[in-house]
Amino acid sequence: MELASLSANLLLVSFIAYLVATLFFGGAVKKASSETTYKKSHWGLIGIIITVIGFLTNVGYFITRWMASGHIPLSNMFEFTAAFGMMLVGAFILLFYLYRTPSLGLFALPIAIIMISYASMFPKEITPLIPALKSHWLAIHVITTVIGEAILVISAVAGLVYLLKHVDLTKPSKQRFWLEAVMVALILVVGFVVSSTTFKLTGYEAHFTYVDKNEKPAKIEYNYPPLFGMNGYEAQTEGVMEPVFEMPAIVNAKTLTTFVWSVATGIVLYILLRLIIRRPVATLLQPFAKKANSQLMDEIGYRSVLIGFPVFTLGALIFAMIWAHEAWSRFWGWDPKEVWALITWLFYAAFLHLRLSKGWEGEKSAWLAVIGFIIIMFNLIAVNLIIAGLHSYA
Amino acid sequence: MSKIKCQCGHENPFGTVLCEACGRPMTEEAKNSEVVDMRYEGSARRSQTYKRSVIDKIWNFFSSVKIGVAIIVAVLATSAIGTLFPQKFYVPVNSEAEYLAYYERLYGIFGTLYYKLGFYDMYNSWWFKILIGMLGTSIIIASIDRVVPLYKSLKKQRTKRHMSFMKRQRIFGEGVPQQDVDVEGAFAKAEEELRKLRYNVKKEDGAILAEKNRFSRWGPYVNHTGLIIFLFGVLLRGIPGFYVDETMWIREGELRSIPGAPEYYLKSNDFIMEMYTKEEADEVFGEALDRVGSIVKNYQTDVTLYKKKEDVLPGSTDMEFVKDYSIIVNKPLKFDGYNVFQMDYRLNELKSMTMQLIEKESGKSFGEFTIDLDDPKGVYDLNEGARVNLIGYYADYDGVENGEPVSKSPIPNNPAFIFDMITPEKPQGEKSFVAIRQTLETEENAYQVKFVSAETRDISGLTIRKDKTLYILLIGGIIFMIGVIQGSYWNHRRIWIQKNEQGQLVVAAHTNKNWFSLKKDLDKVQDYSGLPTYVDRQDTDATSEQEEGEK
Ligand code: HEM
Repeated sequence: MELASLSANLLLVSFIAYLVATLFFGGAVKKASSETTYKKSHWGLIGIIITVIGFLTNVGYFITRWMASGHIPLSNMFEFTAAFGMMLVGAFILLFYLYRTPSLGLFALPIAIIMISYASMFPKEITPLIPALKSHWLAIHVITTVIGEAILVISAVAGLVYLLKHVDLTKPSKQRFWLEAVMVALILVVGFVVSSTTFKLTGYEAHFTYVDKNEKPAKIEYNYPPLFGMNGYEAQTEGVMEPVFEMPAIVNAKTLTTFVWSVATGIVLYILLRLIIRRPVATLLQPFAKKANSQLMDEIGYRSVLIGFPVFTLGALIFAMIWAHEAWSRFWGWDPKEVWALITWLFYAAFLHLRLSKGWEGEKSAWLAVIGFIIIMFNLIAVNLIIAGLHSYA
Repeated sequence: MSKIKCQCGHENPFGTVLCEACGRPMTEEAKNSEVVDMRYEGSARRSQTYKRSVIDKIWNFFSSVKIGVAIIVAVLATSAIGTLFPQKFYVPVNSEAEYLAYYERLYGIFGTLYYKLGFYDMYNSWWFKILIGMLGTSIIIASIDRVVPLYKSLKKQRTKRHMSFMKRQRIFGEGVPQQDVDVEGAFAKAEEELRKLRYNVKKEDGAILAEKNRFSRWGPYVNHTGLIIFLFGVLLRGIPGFYVDETMWIREGELRSIPGAPEYYLKSNDFIMEMYTKEEADEVFGEALDRVGSIVKNYQTDVTLYKKKEDVLPGSTDMEFVKDYSIIVNKPLKFDGYNVFQMDYRLNELKSMTMQLIEKESGKSFGEFTIDLDDPKGVYDLNEGARVNLIGYYADYDGVENGEPVSKSPIPNNPAFIFDMITPEKPQGEKSFVAIRQTLETEENAYQVKFVSAETRDISGLTIRKDKTLYILLIGGIIFMIGVIQGSYWNHRRIWIQKNEQGQLVVAAHTNKNWFSLKKDLDKVQDYSGLPTYVDRQDTDATSEQEEGEK
């Protein structure tokens, strides 16, 4: 238990470090007039030092949790997503080392922060390993994949900076709409964190029985007031809200309930924000992106795909196939999670070819990088929660 | 086709964009462009040159990267649609009608459509296979179309380039040395620094070509070769004999020949399923166990592997012991290229049933007998000359059809028996139908066969694989990785330095990617040797940033 709580504290420290570092990177960018000047700023230097300290405590979290549970902490949704946040910071440090640009940190760290908060909403207790996961390939395959994906995500961060700098936010356009949509998506994740924390603090619980899709009886616990009821549900807890709609068996009404609450909270947050600032949310961030060097951001976007793609291939396809062969007797089974790894890979292959031959650089390439990020997140979140195959952690 | 002769005297193949030797632009387009397109060194590619015959057209189609990307995106999109609903092989039914019913029941109209369009078996559909075939074709043709001319022109390149080539590079600078050195001195120092940065430096006619990591240009071709080898391996799997995929169910205590591995036999000694217990899980996992209930820790089948003796007659079952092994998930039994995996299990299958014969009225017993459900005997002799004949056995009793009891399967899920009970008092025998929790008699009997106990055992579901293509796939994967690393983690950089007609220094540089690092190299050389400053014609921000700095 000692180790487990030490581990939790280390994670908290790194979380705070990332918050503080973000402020310093913000200071670095704000004080300077251009890329060339802020590269030399002290604020940026302090920012990266705090980031590295945060990253080290984050690695400390990972190792102590590993020691506490006896297996690598990559076996459920919390552990996996938290590791993703950690690796994202690691990938940022790598690219900072290569390009020394604080504006990347200003945008990469908040994404890591959101990711770690998101992770913390899932059950955090240490779970024992089921037989299928008991293999050293778990560590090899998942770590490599997460590192690869994290580096690929940096490409989207550079892309976002590029877009924030170049998209004209003063008049309506397709670009402005989609850029704002990306902002909304991020706010929705915050909405999930806020609503989930609220109900957790109030200790909300509602138990139901229902009939699953193979027509067998099953039980479920809600942590949100149930807007949607499972197929043929019956309430087991006194005095809780009656679900408003009953869902067919293929829909996980609990996930849907969580989703709708999160989206609603997110939308309320967004509307409040709009009411206060009276212009697109992206305009809040734009001044921080304006000073970045476009050519450099474009190059970081490309370079991080070049660095991440081989790592991703190795982890998500090659190691995955070797392990699948050991564990399930076939190296490839068209399981949704596998297919989405293939889709991610094909997408980045397409990205590289478009860039290479059609000269899709600059804005087009930045959009592609953002789409790549969405695909990776889709595989992490939606495929786990909705499509759920063999790999489901939920 | 005719050759085109450049002013420098070099004869270029038809279709060349930049002279292979001196780099002069050969086409109007190249002459008019400010920054020349350096892809494939402006060499003559078949696809850009021949456009007449059907073969040319097919070749050009597949060598186009635009088409290549379209194919990749098509594979991507079809794959994604296939994850919308579960694929056929994850649906636990067997007949086509049941598939349709399944999709319809769970997904309504969309499910029906998914079934009707064949999306429920996407990855085995002919159109998916054709797409993969086109992908392979495209990779092969596009690579051949480019690699040959690229190789030739990189080999033939001259150190001294024509000024029209230099001026059209993305990175270009011209002028007198910045430091207090003459032109020759700057040359010498630049050369020194370039060598320090591990460039290969060639000198010719007072010109320098510094080149680094040319091998990285072959990366894409190596990785494409790996992909093709991989796809070839996948193709081979379609040929029978390359690939064994069988399943077997084996009961505890049973010895069976291994399907797909004709020489081998397997005996199951025990099947074990363990759960995490509260005690061993201690404080660490306690919370998780509380939340989700029980969690499985291990599935395991302890087996003994036997091999048919070699020099015995065919048909003989003389066997020799090979090894004892515990097959667990993630640790298959391996022998002779085969892998046997723990895949499934069934607990507590009936193995035998013990019954007794009693006289109904007095309850007097004539003794017990045990029916081995794998191999039921015909006659069971009991005390006092009584006897039970087993005249009908239905392992998986499923009701009566046309006056006959029927069995759904040979697996004893629901065994039923017809007994003929012969006793000293009723020597002609009484018939009785006995199933679990039920006894049927044609007429009222005096005697009865009663259930006493049942013995069970577990069954392991094992999968047997032998896959001769795995090595091909693995080699393909390794070659792909080598190629993709070679092409991504190194880049081909070239720096040209020479003098113009006025005797000033001219610098130009090119890299296939990672311009940032190329510029860092150039900056070092510049600092050391005083080469003139250069501009990056694509970095429009840099100029405005400098102006800002000067304000
Ligand atoms: C899934 C399939 C494919 C993968 C994973 C793949 C992978 C790659 C990679 C990693 C590169 C290097 C990119 C870079 O350095 O930026 C590359 C280059 C290239 N690929 Fe592919 N490729 C695939 C399919 C194709 C197809 C279908 C074509 C057909 C048109 C094609 C044509 C090319 C060409 C022309 C290059 C550039 C070669 C050069 O720069 O010399 N590739 N490929």
